[in-house]
Amino acid sequence: MTDITKTDVLIVGAGPVGLFAVFELGLFDMKCHLIDILDRPGGQCAELYPEKPIYDIPGWPSISAQGLVDKLLEQIAPFKPDFTYNRMVSSLEKLEDGGFRVTTDENEVFEAKVVVIAAGGGSFQPKRPPIPGIEPYEGKSVFYSVRRMEDFRGHDLVIVGGGDSALDWTLNLQPVAKSVTLVHRRPEFRAAPDSVNKMYAMQEMKQLAFRVGQVTGLAGADGKLSSAVIKGPDGDVEVPCTRMLPFFGLTMKLGPIAEWGLNLHENLIPVDTEKFQTSVPGIFAVGDINWYPGKLKLILSGFHEVALMAQAAKRIISPGERIVFQYTTSSTSLQKKLGVVET
Amino acid sequence: MTKLTFIAHDGTHFDMDAENGSTVMENAIRNAVPGIEAECGGACACATCHVYVDEAWTALVGEPEAMEEDMLDFAYDVQPNSRLSCQIKVRDALDGLVVRVPARQG
Ligand SMILES: Cc1cc2nc3c(=O)[nH]c(=O)nc-3n(C[C@H](O)[C@H](O)[C@H](O)COP(=O)(O)OP(=O)(O)OC[C@H]3O[C@@H](n4cnc5c(N)ncnc54)[C@H](O)[C@@H]3O)c2cc1C
Ligand code: FES
Repeated sequence: MTDITKTDVLIVGAGPVGLFAVFELGLFDMKCHLIDILDRPGGQCAELYPEKPIYDIPGWPSISAQGLVDKLLEQIAPFKPDFTYNRMVSSLEKLEDGGFRVTTDENEVFEAKVVVIAAGGGSFQPKRPPIPGIEPYEGKSVFYSVRRMEDFRGHDLVIVGGGDSALDWTLNLQPVAKSVTLVHRRPEFRAAPDSVNKMYAMQEMKQLAFRVGQVTGLAGADGKLSSAVIKGPDGDVEVPCTRMLPFFGLTMKLGPIAEWGLNLHENLIPVDTEKFQTSVPGIFAVGDINWYPGKLKLILSGFHEVALMAQAAKRIISPGERIVFQYTTSSTSLQKKLGVVET
Repeated sequence: MTKLTFIAHDGTHFDMDAENGSTVMENAIRNAVPGIEAECGGACACATCHVYVDEAWTALVGEPEAMEEDMLDFAYDVQPNSRLSCQIKVRDALDGLVVRVPARQG
């Protein structure tokens, strides 16, 4: 029997809206656990535009997207949320006692009284690289992440890309693979200079090959790769290749959410604007993933949504308890929760 | 007004008047040019507004900056005349600019 992690509220997605949900739920004493497929919090802000300034966060004339994420983490710290990263929430089922069971792609099981879907534009997944005819090789010879380094032992490995993932795996898999060829369309990289220098040093010593170019074709049969064609400045070369790791960044895909039995509206989850509840009572949807008349995909709208959602969630978790409206400026009980007054 | 032409992948020409200061991408979206997706709305964060600048114009349009060059790594079939159209601003000197839309975006 697998261990079951229990929590009051399970939040799918640790983007800015999922993070602020922890605050609003925390003010009502609800404990949260967040799951995200990324390896860190922040959703789009952290993954797509960490250094860009945002100008429409109330009270912040300008704040970088990563700066906002850092501030949110500081703000929710008193509520001690739990995080599970690098996991995709794959299923969501209703339990007989009214709660929910959530399972990840690695079969971890969570049970919660309330589920909040703050999944934004969907889960971040690796982009399929622009290589014609790649589909039949995916999952057999072409992989978008490294789960076990052993899977690459003794293989002719081609790694495509110019960021940190491409460089890190080039360096880490070099001792394991039979051969490593790194392919990038130009000699400049978006990776840590230290890794780039190491890679060039290993190339000098003929421990790996770096080729400037783009992969334009693949050869093999039944999902088993045998070689790759690289178009470079001096024309096409064919290199032996039995495993390929392309790193072309991430894109957002709705993913398994479509199979959770919720009503959808053009890949978004319709909610009411009083509770931000989905078609299944006890499951809420906030932030970019939801839809209602007039919806705007703004961080500020998501923040408003979680404040109202928290009231409705409290009514489910503590039925019959009176909900008192309080300000954080003047309520000692809220300030105790925030740890800003002596308890 | 500055004249701007997109040539879609199937060869269809889209001619338009563009306002100076707007981006080439914005004009594609306004005129529903097929093949320009611009998922990130011009933040240089998606590479789905990739175009090939007509050879006659590459010198005038200029080279991408470092951030755009990094983003171009994610585009499909990048050529020496590849640019992200959200990073090209329309100006008088570009009157008559022609850009081609690639077979697919990212
Ligand atoms: C370039 C750019 C500029 C922007 N500028 C602004 C701006 O100036 N002002 C503004 O208000 N907004 C701006 N936005 C929009 C803003 O970033 C979004 O509104 C905001 O990120 C939405 O937050 P969210 O928490 O709802 O979702 P997201 O930030 O999308 O986070 C959702 C998270 O859920 C995870 N997830 C989804 N499904 C699953 C699953 N099944 N399992 C596990 N994890 C899952 C995803 O991996 C992701 O990390 C901008 C967006 C972009 C791309
Ligand atoms: S619109 Fe996203 S990079 Fe140009």
